[in-house]
Amino acid sequence: MPKEKDSRKTLVDAPRANGDGLRVIGVPRRRVDARAKVTGQTRFADDIFLPRMAHSKLLRSPHPHARIRKIDTSRAAAHPGVYLVLTGKDVPIQYGILPVSQDEQALCVDRVRHVGDPVAAVIAREELTAFEALDLIDVDYEILATISSPEEALATPRPRIHEYGEEGNIHKLVALEFGNVEEGFAEADEIFEDTFFFQGSTHLAIEQHAAVAIKDPDGKLTIWSSTQTPHYLHRALAKVLEMPAAHIRVIATPNGGGFGGKSDPFNHEIVVAKAALMLDRPVKICLTREEVFYCHRGRHPVLMKFKTGVKKDGAITGMHLQTLIDGGAYGSYGVASTFYAGALQTTTYHIPRYRYQGCRTFTNKPPCGPKRGHGTPQPRFGQEVQLDKIAEKLKIDPADLRLRIVESSNAVTANFFRLGTVNLAECIRRVVKVSDWKEKFRKLPEGRGVGLACSAYLTGAGLPIYWNKMPHSGVQLKFDRSGGISIFCGATEIGQGSDDVLAGIVAEVLGIDTFDIRLFTGDTDLGPVDLGSYSSRVTLMAGNAAFEAAERGKAIIAAAVAEKLEVPKERLRFVDKRVFDSAAPEKGVTFQEAVCLAEARFGTIGTVGSYTPPKSPALYKGGGVGPSPTYSYSAAVVEVAVNPITGWVTVPKIWIAHDIGRALNPTLARGQVEGSVYMGLGEALMEEQEFRRLPKKLSHALVHKFPSILEYKSPTSLDMPEVITELIEEPDPHGPFGAKEVGQGPLLPIMPAVASAVYDAVGVRIDEIPVTPEKIMKALAEKKAGRDPRFGPSHFPHVNWPEPLRVPPPWEGGDGNAVNDVPRRQKSRQEKEQVLAP
Amino acid sequence: MTTLPTESQKSAQIRFTLNGEETDVSFAPYKTLLEVLREDLGHTGTKHGCELGECGACAVLLNGKPVLSCLVLALDCGGTEVLTVEGLGEGGNLHPLQDAFADLGAAQCGYCTPAILVTAKALLDLNPHPSRDQIREAISGNLCRCTGYLQIFEAVEAAMLKIADQRKSVTQIPG
Repeated sequence: MPKEKDSRKTLVDAPRANGDGLRVIGVPRRRVDARAKVTGQTRFADDIFLPRMAHSKLLRSPHPHARIRKIDTSRAAAHPGVYLVLTGKDVPIQYGILPVSQDEQALCVDRVRHVGDPVAAVIAREELTAFEALDLIDVDYEILATISSPEEALATPRPRIHEYGEEGNIHKLVALEFGNVEEGFAEADEIFEDTFFFQGSTHLAIEQHAAVAIKDPDGKLTIWSSTQTPHYLHRALAKVLEMPAAHIRVIATPNGGGFGGKSDPFNHEIVVAKAALMLDRPVKICLTREEVFYCHRGRHPVLMKFKTGVKKDGAITGMHLQTLIDGGAYGSYGVASTFYAGALQTTTYHIPRYRYQGCRTFTNKPPCGPKRGHGTPQPRFGQEVQLDKIAEKLKIDPADLRLRIVESSNAVTANFFRLGTVNLAECIRRVVKVSDWKEKFRKLPEGRGVGLACSAYLTGAGLPIYWNKMPHSGVQLKFDRSGGISIFCGATEIGQGSDDVLAGIVAEVLGIDTFDIRLFTGDTDLGPVDLGSYSSRVTLMAGNAAFEAAERGKAIIAAAVAEKLEVPKERLRFVDKRVFDSAAPEKGVTFQEAVCLAEARFGTIGTVGSYTPPKSPALYKGGGVGPSPTYSYSAAVVEVAVNPITGWVTVPKIWIAHDIGRALNPTLARGQVEGSVYMGLGEALMEEQEFRRLPKKLSHALVHKFPSILEYKSPTSLDMPEVITELIEEPDPHGPFGAKEVGQGPLLPIMPAVASAVYDAVGVRIDEIPVTPEKIMKALAEKKAGRDPRFGPSHFPHVNWPEPLRVPPPWEGGDGNAVNDVPRRQKSRQEKEQVLAP
Repeated sequence: MTTLPTESQKSAQIRFTLNGEETDVSFAPYKTLLEVLREDLGHTGTKHGCELGECGACAVLLNGKPVLSCLVLALDCGGTEVLTVEGLGEGGNLHPLQDAFADLGAAQCGYCTPAILVTAKALLDLNPHPSRDQIREAISGNLCRCTGYLQIFEAVEAAMLKIADQRKSVTQIPG
């Protein structure tokens, strides 16, 4: 690793001489795949057209909950141009992303659980023919009672949506206590109790999910799919198709946006794979936008209750968080989401005692799962808004309050997460300065306001989804006589720039240009496994693997060149496509000559590198969700203007500082920050994945309120405010060249900062996301009537929480285990898997 | 220029100019311009995100004006000039907009990019020096979920300056 340096500001997009002597890393660059993207040559899944290719369409349930009595496909099968009709009995094996939630079927066999659950597939010569034939499939449904909310799920244990889970319609209950929280509350000068609601939202990637499968000439299977997780799809296909995984090749095409929405193995992927094998011809599917809304896997709606004790100076003495999570109809990542909803509270501020109780219920709606920030934006919203209230009550500036309680670098939290570098204080100071916070907070005219909030996010999940001891990421390099290098890696390009990260690191280590590199990524046959583009893991994990592989190659080449030039190999430098003696720079060879020397000396040159995260000290059950090699930190100030007549909120400007470790490509890093701010703003003000019941005479089905891009409101170019991005760079020892994540963390502070800014502007608390004009008007009416000037939930329903696992925090002598749990080693493999999550 | 199908025929035909080339194509008469471009002419650079005219990902220039190709029947395009992302560059060189988008991070996943590029070209053709607000307005029908739009605005502005420079240098060449 290069020598580390002091933190400094990156002047975004201003090419600069890199102070570390780095030529590629840290320099704003055109990403390696930019040309393909601006010429329309990036081949997305639906851009694949193959000879003899058939098209598939899925028949989806119009009912939110029903038993399938009978399916008659004979008319559809007889329709001219139809090649094949599949039903659940053709692909009956259950699957799911988490080992503990194998609750999905590619086509439902005997029950549908939400509107949009697929029951049959038609494969035809033309897409239109397949559409037409869907109408010819007769399904006899027996309508079942539906559950529309977690509150209903708690009150209605029967009928059960699934036969597994905790009990009734409760999918997962979590109860963890780190230190005696009641003692913490007893020590407090003030106790704050607040309830919040965070509405669900969806990813809305502009690319609709698509997949193409073929039976290879040798009889094996290849599938191209817009997936963020080709490795996990690989495993699901092997299971459901009952084929050796070695005979299946998954190629993740570049995703036209992912945001978590393409991280599950999907029914349509399994359907085209099965059909291609049966028909021995390519089969394609591309979902309609409406279908994408029904596939969902987006942000869980969460009701939260925070009880926090503080001393007069702002120090937190204890925190108790309860969440009620609307999971939708399937498990998806939900067990992990439930843990995540309680995991990261301790990573920003010092919380000496902490209790978390989480409850995820099944409902008859599309399954929720991971969306940018997975499980953590909802409680982050509640925690940060509550801190704003605490600051006001204690008469402390919200920025100063946070500066007093921020966690420090390398701390181990109450729940045993080991932090890496923590530059949250610097983030706060920076946004306070550049936003002119001190001159604005509580000082702007009525209708204008500012809000400040912070967040943290993991740089890669510390544990894989399924239990194994293998690396999380691998990279293979082939050194060519031409001087070119090929990178092989399972990492998946979803727009975030993972290909550029790999190329940048390899080019930097070997002193070549990224244009000298070819990338073969996202292909389960060509490259070593990378677990996927989720949990902000690729830069750190695939990046470290690439760094290791490049260093190994460099060592081989250096040995050969040192022999040839008769200089010690430690003196060789690799810069500008040359390998030379640092003591006599004119003495050297070109990089190409160097590779040839090495090949002549040692034979064909290829190297590998891999990365496995460090072991986490969180040994208790559930401690597998939340650990990360290191965490990113963000602080944001949002300025709003609220129209008191209409409640309409406009956002003129946002300032955000992000603790990134090091920006490998500052142009891309800034893009990730701004994109996160944008998406956070959408969630804060308008985005809602909302459902409604149709009238009784129209089936009474629980349908999406607006499954279209037009009605699902998201910010346009007209809504986007000016954003001032400050990158705080103190290289973290865990990341390649010191890099930490940037793709998700900067989204998190936006929603609470908006809500607090609205309060600063017009004096009403909107404790619910999104902050809509309607809610502001209701709260303003309350204010006018002299009542509590607030809009938000007032009640958290009763849940039968289990006895919490009691884990003494590090400062109470805890060793990371629960004192009231049987030793982990005695637990079954399945229970072990339960704690492993993305 | 346009041949409508008879009862027994399954395809219609049009002749139009695609990216400067005279092009004949026959297709199922119900198809949109988007479908004919992608499926019958292999021009997959133009994308789709809804096929309902909501996302803007399928924008192309029809006689120089941005249209949503998912809402245009191909049968109506006989005799027209259509420009897609594939026709933006000239002589093997990228259009200044493409260069700027590539350099300044305006394309992340790249899915909405082709449509935004042609829409921006239409803007600059009409108004060589648009303000930031005019750029915002021009691409307000093109949704991008990755960038937050700011690097797109900056790229359009950078291209605008480059195009102006090129024009200046062309006019400065002595007679």
